[in-house]
Amino acid sequence: MIDKRVASCVSAVANIKDGDTVMIGGFGEAGSPIELIHALIDHGAKNLTVINNNTGSGRVGLAALIENGQVAKMICSYPRTANSLVFPELYRSGKIELELVPQGTLAERIRAGGAGIPAFFTKTSVGTPLAAGKELRNFEGDDYVMERGLKADFALIKAKQADRYGNLTYNKTARNFAPIMAMAATNTLVQVNEMVELGVLDPENVITPGIFVNALIEVTQPQQESQLVKDGITYPPTKNPATNSLEKINSGATPA
Amino acid sequence: MSQVAKKQNLAATTKIGWNREQMAQRCAQDIEDGSYVNLGIGIPEKVAQYVPDGREVIYHTENGLLGMGNSPSDEEFDADLINAGKKAVTAIPGASYFHHGDSFAMIRGNHIDVCVLGAMQVSMKGDLANWSTGAVDAIPAVGGAMDLVAGVKTIYIITQHTTKTGAAKILPECTFPLTGQKVVNRIYSDLCVIDVTENGLVLIELAPDISFDYVQEHTGVALLNGLSKKSNIADNQLVNTTYKAQQ
Repeated sequence: MIDKRVASCVSAVANIKDGDTVMIGGFGEAGSPIELIHALIDHGAKNLTVINNNTGSGRVGLAALIENGQVAKMICSYPRTANSLVFPELYRSGKIELELVPQGTLAERIRAGGAGIPAFFTKTSVGTPLAAGKELRNFEGDDYVMERGLKADFALIKAKQADRYGNLTYNKTARNFAPIMAMAATNTLVQVNEMVELGVLDPENVITPGIFVNALIEVTQPQQESQLVKDGITYPPTKNPATNSLEKINSGATPA
Repeated sequence: MSQVAKKQNLAATTKIGWNREQMAQRCAQDIEDGSYVNLGIGIPEKVAQYVPDGREVIYHTENGLLGMGNSPSDEEFDADLINAGKKAVTAIPGASYFHHGDSFAMIRGNHIDVCVLGAMQVSMKGDLANWSTGAVDAIPAVGGAMDLVAGVKTIYIITQHTTKTGAAKILPECTFPLTGQKVVNRIYSDLCVIDVTENGLVLIELAPDISFDYVQEHTGVALLNGLSKKSNIADNQLVNTTYKAQQ
């Protein structure tokens, strides 16, 4: 019997080790698996390399993971947003490493990693500082730069619906990096809004086939990052006990 | 230069030419029916408002949507439906969602027809600098700009002709770190429209009451005069008439 459901976000992230590489889905808050990220904060694994398009906002989710000192290196395309408080400070003080990657190259490196392709050539970044030190090759008169595929020990992603085989659908532009990260990670952990019975998902409409998924956690009412930021919530909540509580933060998580 | 002349010159650089809306509107005239278009953040976003009636254009946003619509009403709002600038948007009937790998295959694979971006600097060869000033204490952030200029068929730039302090942004070589080499096709500034060609930069159209010599004074490289090759006066009238009609 195949049943990829696990009891909780906490048990899902339990095997993440110090020094692991972790891909985290999301473009801004759309698709950010915030309950899984908070479970990783509780878990405490350190010295992580994290791959995400951004670096989070406010003091929750990915930004909180970074603020908690668990991330040694970020691989991303756009490490600042309107509400990014944490990363800029750590970066300027030399406490976190940054590998800046053009967004499409980041996506293709992840896709390639998941597809068993160790490297590829792209025109993107040729002649710019981001191509410095990388192999150049000329194909049919144009220069291309070699980029390496990216793999990860874990991927944390968010989906809309899942069945117990791990077949996934997503909600609108919350899909973004999740399907390719699911392919590129050895262990893909998915928080899903709704678990459905086998056969409910039309095979024609499955976006991520279950073979790329290792663990499923139903989170029926996920927190919205922008709302938490607006409400001044921090994670872990002990930093500001007057305005939030652990129960409030994790109220959306329902063990399957 | 006398003090009076200096003051007049300052007034001229701040008040004449096309405003932001008109620059977007002028660019929109060149978006053809049936195009797949990606619009950058800022003035480029405004281009969508001014594409002439009767042209069907599909907007791509690199975070996974083809067929991006307007801002949502309160009922339509969904935090999971945003554009590359992380603003809430809608999806038009006939839209499609896809993951980042596919989205950038559309870009890198030359499937998107037009991308409109802003610029810090453009060189005479069409090099673009628009992501970093190279300042040591800045947090470097590139997003999808390098992918867009490398892969989209036609790159239009909308930019003020000079910096706020009056320095030329159109230069022999960019001094800021590049976004891409030889990627820009056309520049829409507050003063004029310039094509990037094998022979150099060709001024093809002037904003109302702007002279070729005035543009040349505010440009870091010698411009070729291409005004006679195009019925620019008629275009100018069209642009300004339409603009006024919409106000």
